[in-house]
Amino acid sequence: MKLNLKKETLRNVNEFLQNVDLKSNNRSFKITNPDGNHAICAGLKEEIEVTIDGHAGYYCAGMNMNADIIINGNVGTGVGENMMSGTVHVKGNASQSAGATAHGGTLIIDGNTSSRCGISMKGIDIIVKGSVGHMSAFMAQSGNLVICGDAGDALGDSIYEAKIFIIGKVKSLGADCEEKKMNEKDKKILKSLLKKAGINEKTFSNFKMYGSARKLYNFNIDNVSEY
Amino acid sequence: MCGIVGIYLKNKKYHKDLGKLLTVMMNNMATRGPDSAGFAIYSPEKKKKFKYSVCFQKNDSKSFKKIISKEIKDAKIKVISDHLVIETSSHPSKVLNIIKNFEDLNLVGYGNSIEIFKQVGNPKDVVKEFSLEKFSGTHAIGHTRMATESAITTDGSHPYSTGEDECLVHNGSLSNHNNLRRTLKKRGVEIKSQNDTEVAAGYISDGLSNKKSLKETLIEGLKDLDGFYTFISGTKKGMAIVRDEIACKPAVVAETKDYVAIASEFQAMAHLPNVNKAKIFEPEPGLVYSWGE
Repeated sequence: MKLNLKKETLRNVNEFLQNVDLKSNNRSFKITNPDGNHAICAGLKEEIEVTIDGHAGYYCAGMNMNADIIINGNVGTGVGENMMSGTVHVKGNASQSAGATAHGGTLIIDGNTSSRCGISMKGIDIIVKGSVGHMSAFMAQSGNLVICGDAGDALGDSIYEAKIFIIGKVKSLGADCEEKKMNEKDKKILKSLLKKAGINEKTFSNFKMYGSARKLYNFNIDNVSEY
Repeated sequence: MCGIVGIYLKNKKYHKDLGKLLTVMMNNMATRGPDSAGFAIYSPEKKKKFKYSVCFQKNDSKSFKKIISKEIKDAKIKVISDHLVIETSSHPSKVLNIIKNFEDLNLVGYGNSIEIFKQVGNPKDVVKEFSLEKFSGTHAIGHTRMATESAITTDGSHPYSTGEDECLVHNGSLSNHNNLRRTLKKRGVEIKSQNDTEVAAGYISDGLSNKKSLKETLIEGLKDLDGFYTFISGTKKGMAIVRDEIACKPAVVAETKDYVAIASEFQAMAHLPNVNKAKIFEPEPGLVYSWGE
């Protein structure tokens, strides 16, 4: 079913998708003429498939639950922010704060993302086939960020228990982020994420893993003069 | 928040549509800045002619037109809403002094190529009021303002022009503008308002008057201008964009063989010809990009 944003209002399209009639067999939708509008497909709850044909604006697929959303274009700030489950697949580039604060689901970005990718992520899996900008995985609490390209400054600053897998160069690491040795469990997680994103699993050995040094977890008396 | 837009046409075919293209760009950025709006249009210079864009607040334009025609013999005057553009071969050293004598007149920009218009109100109304659609030219820069650092007045509206054929629009706020204003004033740069962006415009004028290129000036500005910003700056030759190192303020660039468009958000350029085939990217933090310059 086609939903044309040149003819329908964004509010109507979102309301329709948020309240899809589950008795109907129609579970596949295509949104045309997104033209950079904000909050397209925000708050979807059901297991439906939506393809957005073109470039989307801010907070695309935000708060997503269960739905599989494909964007044939670029997205603005905060794609998949706070999503809970489901899959969001961006075929182009993403702007800042992709997957911010998201609790679950999978976010795949074929291109690059700019700064703060996975900021404060809480369980989501993010796979970026290109590079990420500065301050990515800032205060990331849980989940996995896979980067097939490079990372900008301050990667994983103040990171908690999220894991970062990266092939390319890291411009600089943020506070309390350090390289870790991958164990079998980590390798298994990485392989399954690569498979999910359609990347050859065998490339897993090219990745390095980063995580928390856990030095910021507790108050350290030696640092008292810093406060 | 504020919305900023810029378009630089590489293909002459589109020169006649410059105003139309910029109108939609500004309308689509109205939600980012509903307080006031303004734009600068660059068109090919006529030999030895200067254009002075003036905003008259209380003066009625008729009496002013009379006086100007008397003082400047070859003055051609075009009135659009509360602005008038004086075209003459008289040099700025003479004309700027004449304009200064009128209390209610505000020079908003001058040069061989530039015309500037700005006004308080929703951008959609402002562009209509100035009939932006009818303008043609080579490149243009626009701004929709959500006021933060100074009052909602025409004085506080962008673009700011502090030098011949120069202009600057800004999304963000500067934190060291008071200090910098003092320093620049001592160096002889004229800054009229209390607005932070005008200080940045003055900084650029200072750099350009010291024979630096726009790109060089903006690279130096990364050290001297403290705060959040995405700037689009225009000169007679072209335009440039720079974002601060933290890059909280957004920007998107779309480039085709025919044009370069810059905007705060993609939705400002969704209507541009063949935009889906354009190379679309976000300017990297702390890097200066320029075209035609």
